[in-house]
Amino acid sequence: MTLRVQDLNFSYGSRAVLQSISFEALPGQVTAVLGANAAGKSTLLKCLSGLLKPSGSIALDGESIADMSPHRRAHAVGAMVQDIGAPARLTVLETALLGRLHALTLKVDPREVERVMGVLRRLHIEALADRLLTELSGGQRRMALLAQALAGSPRLLLLDEPTANLDLPNELEALRLVRAMTAESGLVTVVTLHDLNVTARFADRVVLMGEGRVIGSGAPEDTLTPALIERAYGVKTRLLRDGDRVVIVPEG
Amino acid sequence: METHSSYARQSKRKCSLLLVFAALLLLAVLRDVTTGAAGLGFKQVTAAVFAPDSVSPTARAVVWSLRLPAALTAAVVGASLGLAGAVMQTILANPLASPYTLGVGAGAAFGASLAIVLDLHLASLPPEYIVPLFAFVFAGGVCLVVAMLGHSRAGSSAVMILAGIALLFLFQALQALLQFFASEGDLQAIVFWTFGSLQKAAWSKLGITAAILFAALPLVLCDAWSYTALLLGDERAESLGVRVASLKRRAFVLVSLLTAAAVCFTGTIGFVGLAGPHIARALCGDDQRFYLPLSSLCGALVLSAASTLSKSIVTGGIFPIGVITALTGVPFFFALALRGRWTR
Repeated sequence: MTLRVQDLNFSYGSRAVLQSISFEALPGQVTAVLGANAAGKSTLLKCLSGLLKPSGSIALDGESIADMSPHRRAHAVGAMVQDIGAPARLTVLETALLGRLHALTLKVDPREVERVMGVLRRLHIEALADRLLTELSGGQRRMALLAQALAGSPRLLLLDEPTANLDLPNELEALRLVRAMTAESGLVTVVTLHDLNVTARFADRVVLMGEGRVIGSGAPEDTLTPALIERAYGVKTRLLRDGDRVVIVPEG
Repeated sequence: METHSSYARQSKRKCSLLLVFAALLLLAVLRDVTTGAAGLGFKQVTAAVFAPDSVSPTARAVVWSLRLPAALTAAVVGASLGLAGAVMQTILANPLASPYTLGVGAGAAFGASLAIVLDLHLASLPPEYIVPLFAFVFAGGVCLVVAMLGHSRAGSSAVMILAGIALLFLFQALQALLQFFASEGDLQAIVFWTFGSLQKAAWSKLGITAAILFAALPLVLCDAWSYTALLLGDERAESLGVRVASLKRRAFVLVSLLTAAAVCFTGTIGFVGLAGPHIARALCGDDQRFYLPLSSLCGALVLSAASTLSKSIVTGGIFPIGVITALTGVPFFFALALRGRWTR
């Protein structure tokens, strides 16, 4: 099961946001999309989730995502968008249940509830199940949305800034969980991130973007180089060795 | 399993809430039927309802021709407005959306006024249906124009709300223009219509409003989970598998029919479409499986209580019900706003 993106182009009006994007994301691996603000990362994820209709091809296991019916796409793709606007008066469990929308009826099958509770337990947020979204912090809300994205047992998991609003311990824990679940379930996971060092630690592959184009893709050690980082962000960096890890430090 | 049982418990509590409100509505309708100027006691009225042959023809006529249709109309109109308001607030993601804040009431009032001023007669339609027909067409028309404008901008809620407010002002201005040129008799009829009243309730009219309500309710409930998903935003709902544009189109057609059928026979009745959903949300949250029917029941309960109140203020007289809902609704609304329980 592979996600294959080929020659993707997308424009908002006359403004080209994505140009000739091609890359592959493999099952059981976390592929991180990196780039400066307005590089086109969120637009790329919206295209991958089927919300936007770009030219080019996006195929999951050879099946075009654009050709899937909304129900089938929702079943195959679990997406977590950047923001949900004003939170509704829904509990975390109700929010996560929506990830299984295709299976919900007026009287909810207890097995569906139990399945979703399993996801909450896996994310260590089962204690929040009965809490309203309106009562939660931004970080807790993102965990509820992550649970929703995972609840549908997707083949492709798309996470847009999953660690925004999370403090450091929760950021590391959330990424550790995403990585573990990706490996266990053989998911194709594509995630947008900002922090280069966190990416170097958690991602199996990196797609580095600049001005709507891919300027490098591959293993973190091959893509997170000072030269490519400078092209993507316009910032000079140095690589420091810390045992077997590499730490990226901005210069100046 | 603990939270699973807690979820089942919460669902049961919300189901009980629906049953309690249904029972309260039954009591409110009964109270409404037994309240009035004809000097009929509770026993006589209940006898007239359940054993019509055991009471005098006058008592039977008062109960069956006047009070029952009016009391049931109050409940059905309230339920329709409550449901329409709830659906509007969900699809527009705005707690201020209601059939009246979006100009539907103003459209209906203008349609009714136009029919009164033009004094039209259609051979195929009884005269008492001309004014409601015009009110229905204009109310439904406002809903559809708002929906079409929104659709042209990919269902943008802000566009729909602004369009509704613009139409509200447009029809208020047109209504004022009509009143300016209307004869004294027409002016009186227009003012009476805009007060909102259950005086002209009749079984045939009630049948139309009730048929639309009972056809719309199951259709809305079939989409309850999709409406719930919509609360997280259009994009989120779309990625969960909801066909957002098609859902909003369906919703607007139902809201148009519900609102138009509710106001065309009774005139302007404000706040029910706003208050019902807010009471329901404060009681059961945003899970639309419970929120939508509870909004409908709350709307029915509020209008039924207002109907009883309208007959109790002045002995032998009936206050316009639209005035009652606005006068009692505003303080109630302030109280809700101050407690902060009405927002999402």
